Amino acid sequence: MSKNKRAAVSPGMMLERPLGKRIRDNWQLYAMLAVPIILTIIYKYIPMYGIQIAFRDYKASRGFAGSEWIGLEWFQRFFSAPTFGRMIKNTILLSFYSLLWGFPIPIILALMLNQMRFHKFKRATQTVLYAPHFISTMVICGMIRIFLSPSGGLINLIAGTSIDFLTESAAFRTIYIASGIWQDAGWGIIVYMATLSNVDTSLYEAAKVDGASMFQRILHIDIPELTSIMVLNLIMSAGGLMNVGFEKVWLLQTDLNKATSDVIAVYVYQQGIENAKYSYSTAVGLFNTAVNIILLIVVNKIAGKISEDTSFI
Amino acid sequence: MKANAKSGKLTGLSERSSDIVLVVICAVILFLVAYPLYYVLVASVSNPYDVYAGKTFLLPSQFTLDGYKAVFSDPSILTGLLNSFKYTIVGTVFSVVVLYLAAYPLSIKNLPGRKFISIFFIITMYFGGGMVPTYLVVKETGLINNMWALFLPGGVAVGNMIIVRNFFENSIPKAMTEAAEIDGASKWTTFIRIVVPLSRSIMAVMVVFSMVAYWNDWFTSMIYLPSPSKAPLPLVLRNILIKSSASASQASTISGGFAELNKMTEMIKFSSIIIAATPMLIIYPFVQKYFEKGFMAGAVKG
Repeated sequence: MSKNKRAAVSPGMMLERPLGKRIRDNWQLYAMLAVPIILTIIYKYIPMYGIQIAFRDYKASRGFAGSEWIGLEWFQRFFSAPTFGRMIKNTILLSFYSLLWGFPIPIILALMLNQMRFHKFKRATQTVLYAPHFISTMVICGMIRIFLSPSGGLINLIAGTSIDFLTESAAFRTIYIASGIWQDAGWGIIVYMATLSNVDTSLYEAAKVDGASMFQRILHIDIPELTSIMVLNLIMSAGGLMNVGFEKVWLLQTDLNKATSDVIAVYVYQQGIENAKYSYSTAVGLFNTAVNIILLIVVNKIAGKISEDTSFI
Repeated sequence: MKANAKSGKLTGLSERSSDIVLVVICAVILFLVAYPLYYVLVASVSNPYDVYAGKTFLLPSQFTLDGYKAVFSDPSILTGLLNSFKYTIVGTVFSVVVLYLAAYPLSIKNLPGRKFISIFFIITMYFGGGMVPTYLVVKETGLINNMWALFLPGGVAVGNMIIVRNFFENSIPKAMTEAAEIDGASKWTTFIRIVVPLSRSIMAVMVVFSMVAYWNDWFTSMIYLPSPSKAPLPLVLRNILIKSSASASQASTISGGFAELNKMTEMIKFSSIIIAATPMLIIYPFVQKYFEKGFMAGAVKG
């Protein structure tokens, strides 16, 4: 009894105290925050400050702010690079097709699994569906290369052909997207399954009594429940349309499929880390981010306001 | 369909048939997801010539463990394996500690500056300096070829931090922490003695997420740890799986000429995939039941 009473009173008491006293009372909490805050300043905020080298001719000896200001020269150089158009096109198309196929599949999987009444089977299915998410991109790409090998690769064995898929530009997007779905569609169902677990089960019972089929229950109960999270996911994905992951493209790229596999992320790495063209690479990365932000704003406008209860912040 | 509504018996029948359809579809999906892994497992214990002749679709052919023996006698793979273990353990401990240090204070509703500090962290989820400026800062702070380059620049995993913070807010009874403080416990003692033990489930999830991230990472190591002796397993496997080249050590230890070397290279591909993938595939089912809960906690506005 007395404990409850104290618990109810204390927050009010805390608020009434002066700010200085409250800060002193909580010094241990601020001390806890020190390490995360210092790390974040050094490795997140200082690099943000370093973006300015996109407009400078960076020299290590002169630092971020001390290097010579040259304006938009790096951007002009990027826009006139011979592969500029190809990289933009490949980045957007790869991302767009990934979204087109990758977005609906987890939703369909979640809707199906949610209707599954055999709980052990359902749980086992989930376990298997999550598995590929826990495998390294390196291993996934190794598997892709093995399966697609022209001599003795699984796909060629089944089809009775000997095609070297990774040298075919036309096959690259399909390989990238199909393997991406294999790896992450299962993991993608979690957020939808979690949302669907909110549905009041009496709704299903009532619908069954009224003779609604499984398809009707999905259409009229489940999909409305998922709408806001679907919209939110779609907006976030659209904001990342220029964010084609570096790792998989780089591991699956060959000299012969570059017509479709040449993307901005790989270029940023090659110019920045391999060739040490720090300023130029930063400018390309900044351009990429700027396009993303514009896309995010546009899509957000089109989709209207996000409902407040799905905010992740 | 309309007739079904009137007859309970018919509804039951259509329920059962849609159950059957569901199970069949799920079985097909299960097969599509699991078969590639199963195929690699079977191939890793088969004679590579039979694998390439298509004789191992279902069961191993000429069972052998030579591939695994070759992997475990390759010094570069062994070094990679040891490095991966080291990075995974140190990185996970470090990351989870930092995560907790950030998440707990931010879960205290009346902490002055709480909102500002939260936003300070959340901004880094959406904006960053990009690859090169981050690389330059890591270089300036002297972390090139130092394993801490894998842990420090990651800083706080903000998405996970929000999940943990919300867990603290929603699942740790306020009455307990406040009673402890009224009884004279400091904020730190309350955190260590009450909050940490009560959050074991979310901690298990964070430990697994962190382990998976470090075990599977190779890109950070490729950039920040150029020395070959520091490469983690996936980066070592790049030479074998992506570049398809046998390491010099293999070439010198295998007698029997080019054909034999080629055969071993192919076997090592399969067995090294299994070795790299297995540890995480064993671990995640233990915390699977918390995944959905974790995401729910993360999605509830805090």
